[in-house]
Amino acid sequence: MKYKCDKCDRPATHHSVEMVKGKPNEMHLCEQHAADAGLSVSASHAPINELLTHYIKMTDNKGGPKGKPGGVARVDRKCPDCGLKFSDFREKSLLGCPGCYTAFKRPLITLLERAHEGGSQHVGKVPRRSGGGEQRQLLIARMRKRLDNAIAAENYELAAQLRDDISGMERPDAPAKPSAAKPRTAVTDPSPAPGGVTDTPGSTDKEDRA
Amino acid sequence: MTLRGISSGAGEWLRGSGPHSDVVISSRIRFARNLAGFPFVNRANRRQRYEVLESCRAQIMTNRLADNTLWVQLADSPAIDRQLLVERHLISRDLARHKADIPRAVAIGADETFAIMVNEEDHLRIQVLRSGMQLSEAYDQINRIDDILEEKLDYAFSKRFGYLTACPTNVGTGVRVSVMMHLPALKLTGEIEKVKRAARDMHLAVRGLFGEGSEALGDLYQISNQTTLGRTEKEKLADFEKSVIPQIIAYEHQARQALLRQREKQLDDKVWRAWATLTHARVLGTDETLQLLSHVRLGVHTARLERVDIRTVNELLLLCQPAHLQKVTGQEMTPAARRIARADLIRQRLAPRG
Repeated sequence: MKYKCDKCDRPATHHSVEMVKGKPNEMHLCEQHAADAGLSVSASHAPINELLTHYIKMTDNKGGPKGKPGGVARVDRKCPDCGLKFSDFREKSLLGCPGCYTAFKRPLITLLERAHEGGSQHVGKVPRRSGGGEQRQLLIARMRKRLDNAIAAENYELAAQLRDDISGMERPDAPAKPSAAKPRTAVTDPSPAPGGVTDTPGSTDKEDRA
Repeated sequence: MTLRGISSGAGEWLRGSGPHSDVVISSRIRFARNLAGFPFVNRANRRQRYEVLESCRAQIMTNRLADNTLWVQLADSPAIDRQLLVERHLISRDLARHKADIPRAVAIGADETFAIMVNEEDHLRIQVLRSGMQLSEAYDQINRIDDILEEKLDYAFSKRFGYLTACPTNVGTGVRVSVMMHLPALKLTGEIEKVKRAARDMHLAVRGLFGEGSEALGDLYQISNQTTLGRTEKEKLADFEKSVIPQIIAYEHQARQALLRQREKQLDDKVWRAWATLTHARVLGTDETLQLLSHVRLGVHTARLERVDIRTVNELLLLCQPAHLQKVTGQEMTPAARRIARADLIRQRLAPRG
């Protein structure tokens, strides 16, 4: 969702919430009006962690009855793929894996719009091979996670199997090498294990493909 | 090619050639890329980091990319070599830092026009660095490298967010365009502050010689884009080539002309004092040297000083830095000893020939 400036039609770049008599009072201003009001922190050029801090404060205050001004986010969302918590991201400004972009999609869009002059939709180069295969990327990530678990559990037979499956999936259109000839058809996960792999990605992912 | 080989002269980007090289030192473009199916570097485990490193090495070192590419494992290399690569702008300061638990490397093209860092903040940081104003050429080169790597490596990519990066400030195109400019006249006239303000209004970063957090030593400034999402690579590039950089070049030229017209003697004084110090001093620090070389460079480009060619000046910008100095003299030195060696080296290089 994009806000317009409260005072004109330009897109708002300055968002803040003030507590007035215990009630949140939202303000959305463009660069110019924020500067006029003496509020300009030139948010769009601020380092990402500063943006994050502003964002968290904003959502905290706006949020439900439990929101405490300036406190930590109410629900600390977690990435199902790598386990990174949103609060970890806020602290280090780094995401943990490609899946984080799906897990934290909504807060990220707001953040990205502010960090990238309003842009939150990619335009430009698309990789020739991996451009279409988001589903496949997700599947590989999950199989890698199982591979790690298998190694940790010293289940080397499963690990070897998974490793073969992964390498088969990663190079679906690569020329077959004499040493590691793998059928090109191994695009679907051949050995679904309990939990994890059969998860369907959230509905947000469908929006991606639209 | 070896590290010893690359330290003997200036890299391609300091050759002092290329369009607008009186103001534009170098043009750099970098792509941030990550492999699909792996956590980003900061969250990957040891085995995954090794796997990423190995997959990237295999694809980078094919001859399809370039002949005689140098592969440097940074975890095993001495601090002075890592520092040398930082000074040559072939790796970031972050990659040079000692982190035993992160296997990391850089692949360097034989002519040093490209460098590919593996396991920095992102799995891959590809950069192309060229002398003078050559952004289009740099873009064509890096785009070709990217295409070749992508033939075998699956990049993490989403239609919505583009190339996925560890830090959301790089997501989208993953492209950072960065032009290093020598702006001594804008500094001397105090106009540089206006340039910085204008650049910030255009969402551009103005940084020093070594990027983020570094000071503008030697009046060298790096201008780079801050946003990577919502506009195409070509649009960003066109901004820099057709608008941003030509304006700053014109502004610096105006400032040089203004100095010549209004403060000719003061300008000459700056240039000749710098020359006198460099050719006679016995003890010189890095920062001071860079500042003096800046004034000499200005003197050469405004035709006030004709005893030295620009290539020598550019080379000294590099050789006066600590790791280079120690490589050239072939010994490790304390900072105090370096200041003496630096003054010696500079006097020797600037002495009249024949």
